[in-house]
Amino acid sequence: MGELLANYDVLGAFIRTIQLTIFSAIGALILGTLVAVMRVSPVPLLEKLGALYVNTVRNTPLTLVVTFFAFVVVTQFRIELGTKNFNDNSFRWAIVGLAVYHASLVCEALRSGINTVPPGQAEAARSIGLTFGQNLRYVVLPQAFRGAIAPLGNTLIALTKNTTVVSAVSVAEASQLMSEMFENDSDKIVMIFILFAVGFVILTLPLGLIFTSMSRRLVVKR
Amino acid sequence: MSASVLFDTPGPRARARYRLAGGIGAVLTLGILAAAIWKLASLGQLDGDKWEPFLTAQVWTEYLIPGLRNTLLAAAISIALAFVFGLLLGLGRLSHHAWIRIPVSAFVEFFRAVPVLIMMYFAYQIFIQFHDMPGDLKPLLGVIVGLTFYNSSVLAELVRSGVHALPNGQREAGLSIGLTRQQTVNRILLPQALTAMLPGIVGQLVIVLKDSALGTAITYPELLNQANNAASANSNYVPMLFIAAVIYIVINYSLTVLANRLERRLLGRGRAVVHPATDAATVGIVPVDDVAHEDVMLGQPHHH
Repeated sequence: MGELLANYDVLGAFIRTIQLTIFSAIGALILGTLVAVMRVSPVPLLEKLGALYVNTVRNTPLTLVVTFFAFVVVTQFRIELGTKNFNDNSFRWAIVGLAVYHASLVCEALRSGINTVPPGQAEAARSIGLTFGQNLRYVVLPQAFRGAIAPLGNTLIALTKNTTVVSAVSVAEASQLMSEMFENDSDKIVMIFILFAVGFVILTLPLGLIFTSMSRRLVVKR
Repeated sequence: MSASVLFDTPGPRARARYRLAGGIGAVLTLGILAAAIWKLASLGQLDGDKWEPFLTAQVWTEYLIPGLRNTLLAAAISIALAFVFGLLLGLGRLSHHAWIRIPVSAFVEFFRAVPVLIMMYFAYQIFIQFHDMPGDLKPLLGVIVGLTFYNSSVLAELVRSGVHALPNGQREAGLSIGLTRQQTVNRILLPQALTAMLPGIVGQLVIVLKDSALGTAITYPELLNQANNAASANSNYVPMLFIAAVIYIVINYSLTVLANRLERRLLGRGRAVVHPATDAATVGIVPVDDVAHEDVMLGQPHHH
C-alpha cells in the first residue's frame, strides 16, 4: 500500500475529482435553478423549453453527454475555454458536460422542493401584490431550497461519483489513475480497488451525513 | 399551467410581458441552435454524405443494432440479478438478527458509495486474470457485475423503505393472528412493498440502461461504443452521436412514461408508492409528474 502511494499521485487524482465535483456542482446549481424557474413560469414557451431540456438530458447517458463535449466540442469545434492547453480545455469542457447533465437533476430536486411549500404561501404572496418573480424570489424559492436539501444532497453525491465518467474520454481524475494502476500493477488489483473505493466512501459518506442533518435542521416547520 | 398558484391570471399588460419573455427565450434558443448548425455546417458534418450511411443497411446491421442488442442484454441481465439480490439484501437489512443486519447494511452502504465505473473497471480487471474465459465474455461480465452490485444496493434500500412506508397496523395485524415475524414480513409486508416498488424498479431500469453506456470504458460493444466505432469508420461523429442519443432517449422516455402510468394506477387504487429518490412530503404548488429518481443515498419513504 505504501509503495503504491509512493509511486502514484493518488491524492492529486482525488483532488482533481474534488475540483470536477465542486465546479460542476456550482454550474449545475445555477443552470438547474434557471431551468426550474422556467418550468414553473407563466410563459408557456419557457415552460416547454425547460421540460424539453430535462426530458432530453435526463434520458441520455452521461457517458454520451461527456463524449459529445470531448469529441465534438473540443476535438472538432476546437472551442477554447480560456486556455490553449488541450488537457486543461478538455478538463473544463468535462465540467461543462457534468454541469449540463446534473442541472436536470437539480431542476427536478428543486421542483420537488417547491412542492413542499404549501399553496397558501404563494397565494398570500400574490394577494399582497407580488409578481411571479417576486413571489419566487422572496417567498417560494427560499422555502423550496430548504425543502429540497435532501434531494439536492443526493444529486451532489451522485455528481461526486459520476465525475468518474469523464475517464471514459481520458480526462485525468481518480478512476483514470485507478485503471492506469491496474495495468501497471496487475498483481495488486484488489488493494488498488479498495484504495479507490474507500477514497470515494470518504468523499461521499460525510456529504450524506451533512445533508441529512441539514435537511432536518433547515426544514421549514409547519 | 393556468391553474398554477404561483401567479395571477395575466391581464393585458402581464400577457404582453409574457410574450416579450417568450420572444426573448425563442430568440436565444434559435440563436444558439443557429450557431451550432452554422458551426456544424462549416465543419461539413451536416453534408448529405455524413448522413448517407444511415440509409445503408451496413451501419445498422454491423454497428447500431448489435450495439443496441448488447445494451439491452446487459441491462436486462443486470436488472434481473439486481432484483433478486436487492430483495435478499433488503430482507437482510430488515432482519431482527444483528449479525445479519449489520454486515448487510455495511455492504449496501459501501456499494452505494462506490462509483459504478470503478466497480466495472475492477470486475473487468478480475475477469482478465481468467485466461481460459472467452475474451468477448469478459467485458459483458464486467458490465453486469458493476451494474448488479450498485443496483442491488439501491433496490435493497427500496425494499426497506417500501416496508417502512406501510402502516404499522399491517405488521401488528400479522403478529396478532399468530404469524411469526418472518411470516409477517414474507406474507403481509413484502407483497405490499413490492407493489409499491414497481414504478421505482421501472425507473431504475432507465438508470441501468444509461449506466450500461459506461461499458464503453471497458470495451463492451454496447450502443455508444458501436456508435463511436461507426463514427470513426464514416468520420461522421455528430450524426452518429445524434442518432445514438435519439435511440437512448426514445427507449428511456418510454420507460419513464410507463413508470409514471404504473404509479398513477397504484395511487388511484389507494396503494402506497416508494421511490429510490426521496424528498420531503409534498403539498403541491406545481404538479410534479416525473420527479427525478436518480441515485439516492438518504432513504426515507416518499409519501403522496
